Amino acid sequence: MSSGLLFACVGAILFAMGVAGVVLIAHLLRRILAFNVMGSGAFLILVGLAQRYDFSDPVPQAMVLTGIVVAVAATALALALVRRLHALTGKLELPTDGT
Amino acid sequence: MIWLILLPLLWASLAFISGEGRGKWLAIGGLSGQTWLAFDLAQTVGAGGVAVEHLVGGWGAPLGIDLAADGLSAAMLVLTQCVALPLAVYAGAYYKRGEVAGAYFWPLAGFLIAGLNALFLSADLFNIYVTLELVGLAAVGLVAAGGGAQQVAAALRYLFATLLGSGLYLLGVALVYGGYGTVSISVLTPLVTSEAPRLMWIAGGLMLIGLMLKTALWPFHFWLPPAHGGAPAPVSALLSALVVKASFYLVLRLWIGPFAPLVAAAEWLAWGPAVLGTLAILWGSWQAIRAERLKMLIAYSTVAQLGYLFLIFPLLTGADAVQAGVMQAFAHGFAKAGLFVAAGVFIKATGQDTVAGLAGTVDRLPITLFAFGLSGMTLMGLPPSSGFLAKWLLIETALDRGYWWLVLVVLAGGLLAAVYVFRVLRQAFLQAPANTSLAAVPRTLEWTAFVLAAVSVLLGLRGVELMQLVGVMR
Repeated sequence: MSSGLLFACVGAILFAMGVAGVVLIAHLLRRILAFNVMGSGAFLILVGLAQRYDFSDPVPQAMVLTGIVVAVAATALALALVRRLHALTGKLELPTDGT
Repeated sequence: MIWLILLPLLWASLAFISGEGRGKWLAIGGLSGQTWLAFDLAQTVGAGGVAVEHLVGGWGAPLGIDLAADGLSAAMLVLTQCVALPLAVYAGAYYKRGEVAGAYFWPLAGFLIAGLNALFLSADLFNIYVTLELVGLAAVGLVAAGGGAQQVAAALRYLFATLLGSGLYLLGVALVYGGYGTVSISVLTPLVTSEAPRLMWIAGGLMLIGLMLKTALWPFHFWLPPAHGGAPAPVSALLSALVVKASFYLVLRLWIGPFAPLVAAAEWLAWGPAVLGTLAILWGSWQAIRAERLKMLIAYSTVAQLGYLFLIFPLLTGADAVQAGVMQAFAHGFAKAGLFVAAGVFIKATGQDTVAGLAGTVDRLPITLFAFGLSGMTLMGLPPSSGFLAKWLLIETALDRGYWWLVLVVLAGGLLAAVYVFRVLRQAFLQAPANTSLAAVPRTLEWTAFVLAAVSVLLGLRGVELMQLVGVMR
């Protein structure tokens, strides 16, 4: 197994763990962390699968860099909202009644 | 073409700098310019019959960003600007000075529209991912704008749904890049054949699921009613009319582009979205009929109307199905904006968000009620509205292929829409209880609702131009 494929496999496992976390975990902070794990998984796959030749391809690295910026922005927004929710309700979980 | 993206970014940033609640005139001015640009682009694409391209900053792909506009993109751009401009006028009169909910409306709306325009113009899969996130984050910001616990909870739920959706999409992009070494849609389309590696199938499936989650197709709709029903009226209108259409546009773009050979190789795949769409129509309409709150009723109606968009997937082997889909997107865009905007007027006047509270509004708000009725006409699909044209095209194409049960679904959906629209109209015509008083509402609010609803009906008369435009492919 080449190192690129190894990266991709680890990425796939991380992604699956992240998705499971985002869907199943009720605690909001842990959910945000799970989202970040999911994102890292996707980035690993992106870089790993593209490394099939001896030289490293700059395009996926540029993409991952952009993706990290997006993920940071999303995390910041999520954290701000969670803080607001905590200030208003005192809880770190979403209300369950669907409203 | 690039100004369609830069202009909203510019006025949004200026609105942010100039302080809370300001930027109304900047936005209206900017949007007028954008509307002109969008029509100009549509004219160029429609007259020339070929797609227009632009390399940002003169850097070509793969390191630079390519923009491209064909008929489908141009049509969606026109829809976006034409819905956003009346909404900006409406929002200007809707938010009072110093109101918390409207403090950051203008910058967020600007960023949202910039993201949408960029999405429709993007020519590569990764750039589309970035614009999807831009649209998603701006939309979440708008939902949270009220600042109450309920809005924040709805915004968080929406945020996780949209992040999960774009995460799945990103994984698809990564797999595509791993398989083919490119993310440009135009380069990718001829490369993918029906013997594509298994990797492409997985990528296609992941992207489709991610985008369906973002389009709120049943059973992925759980986030939509609280987010759209709980936000202020101008925000609900923007989200329901435009944001969900962005991910639908993307599904369409991929399905008729790079993934078309995969679908041709396994035709049963196309029935998945259609079956979900059918369930969405039935379930969404049922919930709308039962809803007690007016805005929830309209939000569930969105779930139902989005179902129609996915009915076209088994028919996509011909170009006429794309036209039906775009027509439905236009019809629903204008009609749903009209409904939410009219609901906003009712809520402002009666002070409550219930269907029952509408009694007696017919005397005091006839224009708004008329607007509500006109939009409802489009949802039901009565002639000569654009909704009628969309359903007609859909039925015609379905009958051509012999899929008669799609026809039944379309007709049943129209009837169910009639039930929930008339439920509201009936309530509005009832005698008001003696002690009710209605607050005065600015005339601008009523008339913008009317304009949006009237456009949704009259568009049916100008459908030919739109369909010709959509026929211009990349």
